[in-house]
Amino acid sequence: MGKFIKKPNDLMQIDYKSPQTDWMDTPADIREHMYLHPTKAKELGAVDFPNIHEWKPADKNWNLPENWKEIVLNGIKERLQKYRSFHVFMDICVRCGACADKCHFYLGTGDPKNMPVLRAELLRSVYRKYFTTGGKIFGKAAGARELTDDVIRELWFYYYQCTECRRCSVFCPYGIDQAEITIIGRELTNLLGLQPGWIGGPVANCFMKGNHLGLEPHTIKSNIEFMLDDIETITGIKIEPTFNRKGAEILFITPSGDLFGMPGVYTAMGYLMLFHELGLDYTWSTYASEGGNFGFFTSNEMAKRLYSKIYSEAKRLGVKWILGGECGHMWRLWHQYQNTWWGPPDFMEAPVSPITGTRFEHASSAKVVHIAEFTADLIKHGRLKLDPSRNDHLKVTWHDSCNTSRGMGIFEEPRYALKNVCNHFYEMPENTIREKTFCCGSGSGINASENMELRMRGGLPRANAVKHVHDIHGVNTLANMCAIDRASLQPLVDYWVPGVQVAGLHELVANALVMKGEKERTTDLRGEPLPQKSAQKSGGKEDAKDV
Amino acid sequence: MKILFPFFMVIALILLVIAGVSGAKMHFLFGVVIPYAALFLFVIGVIYRVTKWAKSPSPFCIPTTCGQQKSLPWIKQNKLENPSSTAGVIGRMALDVLLFRSLFRNQKGELRDGSRFIYGSDKWLWLAGIVFHYTFLIVLLRHIRFFTQTEPFYLHFLETFDGFLEIGIPKLFMTGAILLAAAAYLLLRRFYIPQVRYISLPADYFPLFLIIGIATTGILMRYFLKTDIVAVKELTMGLVTFAPVIPDGIGALFYIHLFLVSALFAYFPFSKLVHMGGIFMSPTRNMTGNSREFYHANPWNYPVKVHTYEEYEEEFRDKMKMAEIPVEKEPIK
Repeated sequence: MGKFIKKPNDLMQIDYKSPQTDWMDTPADIREHMYLHPTKAKELGAVDFPNIHEWKPADKNWNLPENWKEIVLNGIKERLQKYRSFHVFMDICVRCGACADKCHFYLGTGDPKNMPVLRAELLRSVYRKYFTTGGKIFGKAAGARELTDDVIRELWFYYYQCTECRRCSVFCPYGIDQAEITIIGRELTNLLGLQPGWIGGPVANCFMKGNHLGLEPHTIKSNIEFMLDDIETITGIKIEPTFNRKGAEILFITPSGDLFGMPGVYTAMGYLMLFHELGLDYTWSTYASEGGNFGFFTSNEMAKRLYSKIYSEAKRLGVKWILGGECGHMWRLWHQYQNTWWGPPDFMEAPVSPITGTRFEHASSAKVVHIAEFTADLIKHGRLKLDPSRNDHLKVTWHDSCNTSRGMGIFEEPRYALKNVCNHFYEMPENTIREKTFCCGSGSGINASENMELRMRGGLPRANAVKHVHDIHGVNTLANMCAIDRASLQPLVDYWVPGVQVAGLHELVANALVMKGEKERTTDLRGEPLPQKSAQKSGGKEDAKDV
Repeated sequence: MKILFPFFMVIALILLVIAGVSGAKMHFLFGVVIPYAALFLFVIGVIYRVTKWAKSPSPFCIPTTCGQQKSLPWIKQNKLENPSSTAGVIGRMALDVLLFRSLFRNQKGELRDGSRFIYGSDKWLWLAGIVFHYTFLIVLLRHIRFFTQTEPFYLHFLETFDGFLEIGIPKLFMTGAILLAAAAYLLLRRFYIPQVRYISLPADYFPLFLIIGIATTGILMRYFLKTDIVAVKELTMGLVTFAPVIPDGIGALFYIHLFLVSALFAYFPFSKLVHMGGIFMSPTRNMTGNSREFYHANPWNYPVKVHTYEEYEEEFRDKMKMAEIPVEKEPIK
């Protein structure tokens, strides 16, 4: 496979014209830089996905198991009975097309099969053929088609060109959610052994070692110790966090991406500094060392398997509640799935902030609090001393992550914190933020390198909105609270909007955080020189100013 | 093909009635048997569809949240777009069902000058959709006149409002014409917007042709080709009182109208038209967003194979000891 070398100007030539042939007669053009490579049995190890075999996406023959058709049809039948969402969404679409230009992949590729409605029809047509009377009798006239291996190839190709971001679902008059359909479509291809390696590998790591990156316990500790050294250099403060400590009040869990690689580690440094300053009685866990869950991008069952450790580790350590770091799909799952899978965890207590006494009533069953909720509460109560001028060299905009926006609704908490820790904050255009936010183009486990063209195309609408505030206000920092965003937005903006850096919320919080006994800071967490000092300001006493 | 096939289907239906009524004199079949059968199919079909959906559970609490969640007391929750109570869900559903709130968000995303995306407000689909559905409802309600001896209380109000233009005799009801116009718009956008044309199936054109046929024959009967209303009412009253009669003097036009309506009713449960029932069942709209506050049970939650802490420690105990991470069991010397 050649290197991806297309220039932004080439990628911008997007052809929105539909092909001359009907979509059912237009086979998928599976081309390089647009798909993920298959997983290998040896990468999976102890994780037992069905029918894992050798195959190449570009080949015509995918070596499907002999009874592949039966597997898929039984798989559809079982899921129709298990998920009302899937069943209803197979039946009620009127093809009004309201979802079409809402999808970042359609906007970025112009491929009609990336219109959510058509992406769903890829599977619906099969559903009609085998599960509805009209489809059985009238066939193609009723929008039904035979299940062939070409259909499987097409499903696989396009269901990994959907990041399960749910933007289409906001605009659909019936709330049809392509994410639900994609999740099930991916489960079906997973049953045939068509598992991409970029997702399968992290799943295997996460199952055995506790986290996607496969960091072993001592490595987690040493990675954090590296950060502690940097913190000491910058602030003069020595921090000593604990690991796997029984009896701590709070268990802190974050995606492992924060422990490895830039710019995630700056966010992790932010957590460490904040917790130290508060004197928080908390512990890290090397076993429950992953907030994210790539299992969710393979099958519901695998997602559940990977998450057993969250509550079981809380129970083993005897903590009162769980604080969760900055992550996107982790929070969709912690908010909407985790408690149903493994809860309710009644061995814990309803979360109460030990610093402000605030009882997080809204998390009283699942016992998990989002760190932006926790920090916003601290700032509101004036418990943090903040000097936002330390972020004056940054002109910041905020990227709402898909999962936390449309699968949770956490909008004001991070904005409140952000406005208190930096003086220059600019919103992107209204139609590209909050519940209408655009995906980074790399979510749901497709943030690999071999599919870079797909990622750059999918992320184009997001990057384009960043470019807007970059051109008008000189925005140079794209803040967010999602590990995949932190990893994937940087190459995206480097490609489309050079001159913008990607930062986590708590990196900026920690930049502004005035710590007890710290030395005069001369650099931010990245080692960049701080701007000219202005008068120090104590945060939280007044509301954030509008900027 | 996608357009012509459903178009000729509707033409064939019309020809069938003409042949059946004017030719073969099968008035009883088209005036009584088919309407009863269609209504039966409609009722049974819709119940079947809805119960089938209802049998599949909602294993997870998955509303699409379109506003601020309920969290800290000083942050204003968006109770309609991200409801945390049943009242909020009812409000959200009411907005969607009655006002097509989600469709009202519609915007057009376009790449301008090959370099920047613009998202402009685009309410035409919403407008045509809501006008289409409401005029259809009013027209349906006006037809109650044919099925009751006494006029229901709302009819006078409805007809005054509907005919306030006071044009012509009989008075012109706006809704019939507007319904036709809205249906025509929905049809034309399927022809002319390339993306919508590409995704459209025969099943998208068929109900539109059918409804246009129904509205056209209705308008023809009321304003242009006079129909014996008294005889029609005799027939319809016979249907509701289960004492069917076929009065003389009803033209083929009426039977065409009645047959197309029957076709629509019979077709309804087996087509995309069930979105009428489905919208109430949509989990992304009818669930609350407070799934951390209240436990949501999955009826088919089953045990899965996991990797326990004990297994983990077994593998890494030495490394954990070396790194001074606490362990449960001391390593065997």
